[in-house]
Amino acid sequence: MTQNVSITLQNTDEGRGIIAAIMADNPDAVANRYPAMTKIDCPGRLVMNRETISTELGRDYDLQELNLTLVCLSGNVDEDDDRLLIAWNA
Amino acid sequence: MALDIKTNALDQRRQTFAHIARRLGEDRPASRYEEATFDLQPGGAHHYRPTWDPAHELYDASRTGIVLADWYVLKDPRQFYYGTYTIARARMMEAAEKALSFVEKRNGFAAIAPEWQDTIRFYLLPLRHVEWGANMNACSITDLGFGAAITQATMFTATDRLGIAQIIGRIGLIAGGGQALDEGKRVWMDAPEWQPMRRLVEDSLVISDWFEMFVAQFLALDGLLYPLVYDLFDLAGQAHGASSLSMMTEFMVDWRDEVTRWIDAVLRATARESDANRDHLGRWFAHWEQRAAEALAPLATRVLGEAGIDALAGLRGELAKRAAGLGIPVGQ
Repeated sequence: MTQNVSITLQNTDEGRGIIAAIMADNPDAVANRYPAMTKIDCPGRLVMNRETISTELGRDYDLQELNLTLVCLSGNVDEDDDRLLIAWNA
Repeated sequence: MALDIKTNALDQRRQTFAHIARRLGEDRPASRYEEATFDLQPGGAHHYRPTWDPAHELYDASRTGIVLADWYVLKDPRQFYYGTYTIARARMMEAAEKALSFVEKRNGFAAIAPEWQDTIRFYLLPLRHVEWGANMNACSITDLGFGAAITQATMFTATDRLGIAQIIGRIGLIAGGGQALDEGKRVWMDAPEWQPMRRLVEDSLVISDWFEMFVAQFLALDGLLYPLVYDLFDLAGQAHGASSLSMMTEFMVDWRDEVTRWIDAVLRATARESDANRDHLGRWFAHWEQRAAEALAPLATRVLGEAGIDALAGLRGELAKRAAGLGIPVGQ
């Protein structure tokens, strides 16, 4: 069985946009909503694209801004300017 | 002692306003842009028609030939409401202030070749008046337009255009003080190269259909004027040492890139809706793009010499391609 990776984000105006972008880019992802935060689980790998988030938020988004919204994540992170990938290094 | 922390989730009864939830189709948290935009336009039972226009209701969608089932399809991809708009502009203005004071302090304008300084004063300073015309047009659209999605964005644009006119004024002060601005006004009123443009701006002020005004100003005129002045004229200036001018006009370049996303989104959504809309847009675009090209030709020739006409033709080709990409029938 593939192990889940996950990312947990605050339920802010910006957080909701990022969550929508993640859900659009990862068809297998499941969003679990809790008070004040949302935990997204996805089997194997989860990708966040700068482009999709920028469209959702209506402005240029720098992936490093993610730290302002991030609560926690599990998985190994591979990041460049345009996308952030969370996966387990096999 | 072991401490066991439990969370108790309290669900709020509503995630957003009822009218927003109806639009979203579900009660989920809406973005601030959505809450600050959807269905803000007053409508419904007004007892009296305005005395200044008894043919229409006070807020009436039929003031334009464009018909949309839902005027809130004209959403702004930048998601600007008052808060995000002012923050975005304040940031841009801070950078512009920095550039202006840098050029002033280092006396950067004096480093430009003297004959090109004259050229800059000739082509740039009268644009204050063009920007003022654009401000008036954006105000008119805000006044007569229908649906907060479009009118809120046009109001922001109205303010932008006044801001750009002020930046040009500041550049004028750096480029020769109040005298340069007086001279700019004189050129605007008297120089033969500027008269077709002045006529175009004045004609645009009295377009009766507000959506036609939108196409004339934001697509046809700005679509040619901005790349001509801030890209091509600017590029030609580099050979004359005009890099300090590029710094001072960077606001306009950034602004154009940003606002183009909004204009394209509005036009694409409008064209998508019906053949009748596409007909209107195509007709308006053909008419005003021709006018804009005629108005810019003498300026292009004056600044770029013989290459000006070819350069303008190139820009027209690009603009036609952009319009076609938005679903506007071009060249029929």
